[in-house]
Amino acid sequence: MEFTDILISLIKIIVMFVVVLVTVAELVYTERKISAWIQNRIGPNRVGWKGLLQPYADVIKLLLKEDIVPTAANKFIHTLAPVISIGVAFSTLAVVPIAGETISMFGREVQMVIADVNIGILYILALTSMGVYGLTLSGWSSNNKYSLLGGLRSSAQMISYELSMGLSVIGVVMVTGSLQLTDVVTHQAGWMWNMVLQPVGFITFVVAAFAETNRTPFDLPEAEPELVGGYHTEYSSFKFALFFLAEYANMITASAVITTLYLGGWQVPYLELLQLPSGIVVALQILAFVVKVAFMLFVFQWVRWTVPRFRYDQLMDLGWKVMLPIALANVIATGIVILLIS
Amino acid sequence: MQAQTQDKYTLTFWEKLYIPEILKGMKLTFGQMVKKKDTREYPEEKWIPPASYRGAPVLVQEENGIERCVACGLCSRVCPALAIEVQAAETADEKERYPERFEINMLRCIFCGFCEEVCPEEAIVMSPTYEMVFTDYEDAILGKDKLLTPVEKLRPRLEFLREHR
Repeated sequence: MEFTDILISLIKIIVMFVVVLVTVAELVYTERKISAWIQNRIGPNRVGWKGLLQPYADVIKLLLKEDIVPTAANKFIHTLAPVISIGVAFSTLAVVPIAGETISMFGREVQMVIADVNIGILYILALTSMGVYGLTLSGWSSNNKYSLLGGLRSSAQMISYELSMGLSVIGVVMVTGSLQLTDVVTHQAGWMWNMVLQPVGFITFVVAAFAETNRTPFDLPEAEPELVGGYHTEYSSFKFALFFLAEYANMITASAVITTLYLGGWQVPYLELLQLPSGIVVALQILAFVVKVAFMLFVFQWVRWTVPRFRYDQLMDLGWKVMLPIALANVIATGIVILLIS
Repeated sequence: MQAQTQDKYTLTFWEKLYIPEILKGMKLTFGQMVKKKDTREYPEEKWIPPASYRGAPVLVQEENGIERCVACGLCSRVCPALAIEVQAAETADEKERYPERFEINMLRCIFCGFCEEVCPEEAIVMSPTYEMVFTDYEDAILGKDKLLTPVEKLRPRLEFLREHR
């Protein structure tokens, strides 16, 4: 490992970090705008041009608040929990490829992915299941019954939906024959997106992704009418901001993963026919990736303001009695089809 | 009307699948999203009240700069909230009497319009003004200097009163 390699990795990490942070800020804005439009309102339009600076005003307000730790709380874990949440949300993006072509930097061909590990899919599944620790620990360490209930719900929910998520991904792995995300994307050239090859897997994965990111209709861990604020009831100021950030960063991660696994990642159909120089190709591929992720983010928010929250037993029923069998059947069906074709 | 009771609604196969129903809901919300909004963005875009609107009561000022009021004190007498105070004095003008002091306490005024209704000279009318902000109790007691309004500005209200009273 040379110094230049480390430098290139650092640059990639910093760029990714800054982009995600800015996107999170603007996601808060779009969330408020979309909710407003769906409810026939106008939404924030006072701070900055068309209200675009609203999230920054919110963040400044949050950071100026007093940071309260309950007396009975376990202080160490209470502080650790938001760090776990945010760390997991950000590190998942490390394996997501942004573009297929390489660009030259410091005399080297640089891949447009932070870490092209050969077990990328496993890495994503492992990290998303780590995310549950942040919520559970925050709920437990707050020493508050609402937080505890929120934390328990989140652990039950995320564990149930992780299964169907993993099983839906197995379909993609079987089609691709690799756990490496760059391979997964390269395999989806043209219109052979996994969404077309694995329609059932796509639906189960998206539903599970909604549950994993705690978005409506699966936002039971923070069901306001029942649990005050859910797992983050006892959090204020910067720690609350971290949870907020983690929720939206998780959404970005989930959209990026859905895009990579099912929507063809950076693939632009028929782009290779145009014979463009590689610089433009990289730009177009990044643009395609960003557009697809943005669309998924819009869908996330659109669904949130459309569908009411599930009841707890309905959630468990859906997870274990519907999603799991469908995902399993999808794996078997995919296996049979692959066997017949080859 | 006869109340309809239905104990259990059995879902059809497509409804049980959830996804098509959710897509239907999403179609509906998308329609709402792109719909034109009815919100009036108030401080930028102000509402212009119709002539029938009873805003803050004001004194009518003729073109020659003199108020119409003859300080008869009827408005003060009829005011249910005791918001108006008039002090009369003599003048060399044709009307012989004029209000030396005319004060409306806007914290007491209830915008009933009785003063306007009782006035024999059409001298006090309800203006279309609805923005009244005071930072002080003293500021809220409006004297003649603040109440006098040129007659052109009150023309719609005066015409409305002619027609409907």
